[in-house]
Amino acid sequence: MRLEYFQMVDRIVALDLEARTVRADCVVPDASPVFEGHFPGHPLLPGVLMIETMAQTGGWLVLAVLRFQRMPFLAQVKEAKLRSFVVPGQTLQVEARLLHDGSGYAVVTGSIGCDGKKVADAEITYRVVPFPNETLRAQMLDTARRVAVPEAFLHD
Amino acid sequence: MSSTFETVAGIIAETCDIPREKITPDSHAINDLGIDSLDFLDVAFAIDKAFGIKMPLEQWTQEVNEGKVSTDEYFVLGNLCANIDRLIAAKAA
Repeated sequence: MRLEYFQMVDRIVALDLEARTVRADCVVPDASPVFEGHFPGHPLLPGVLMIETMAQTGGWLVLAVLRFQRMPFLAQVKEAKLRSFVVPGQTLQVEARLLHDGSGYAVVTGSIGCDGKKVADAEITYRVVPFPNETLRAQMLDTARRVAVPEAFLHD
Repeated sequence: MSSTFETVAGIIAETCDIPREKITPDSHAINDLGIDSLDFLDVAFAIDKAFGIKMPLEQWTQEVNEGKVSTDEYFVLGNLCANIDRLIAAKAA
């Protein structure tokens, strides 16, 4: 994870479009400017970034389902539960399942596990729209390759 | 249509916290009930789930934006329910 760049997902480890599920690994860095403020002397991964991590993981699933023809933007977070602290150096297993692929929107459930325990979960809604420009789409494709989204899911 | 309307009205009342008695077949979801686009996503999700359909919101939005139809066609609840009924019938066919 590169928190200051909002790069939350390190690697997609499973992507099953039939089951509409995704799993990702995310390693919380040992050091980040984020931890200087959150909190001094007691570094914790901010809860909003745990939500962002679930949203990005689910976002990769939506992008793959749509073969990167449209972009999901975070629109709503429901029932977010931050169950345990997450500290620097921990490895997170993030899962998301597509509940509904609507017209212009998508809904997923996401969860984060750490050391065998669920530490967060939420229901996340995205607005799904055409990419606003080619720059973003190209960047998303580059990032998809970096996090190991299978090549077959990057195109129609 | 009446049972469709009852279901849709119940969804709107619960999702948008609008008193059920204010919701009629003539109500315009935006102009009369004040449902914004984000709340409408919740309503759409609940309707899609309840009826097992996928309302073509993008197509409807495009038709409105291009001036082919007025928002009444899709946002007046009686009309919305008629469109839902058509989608249900098309699915069953």
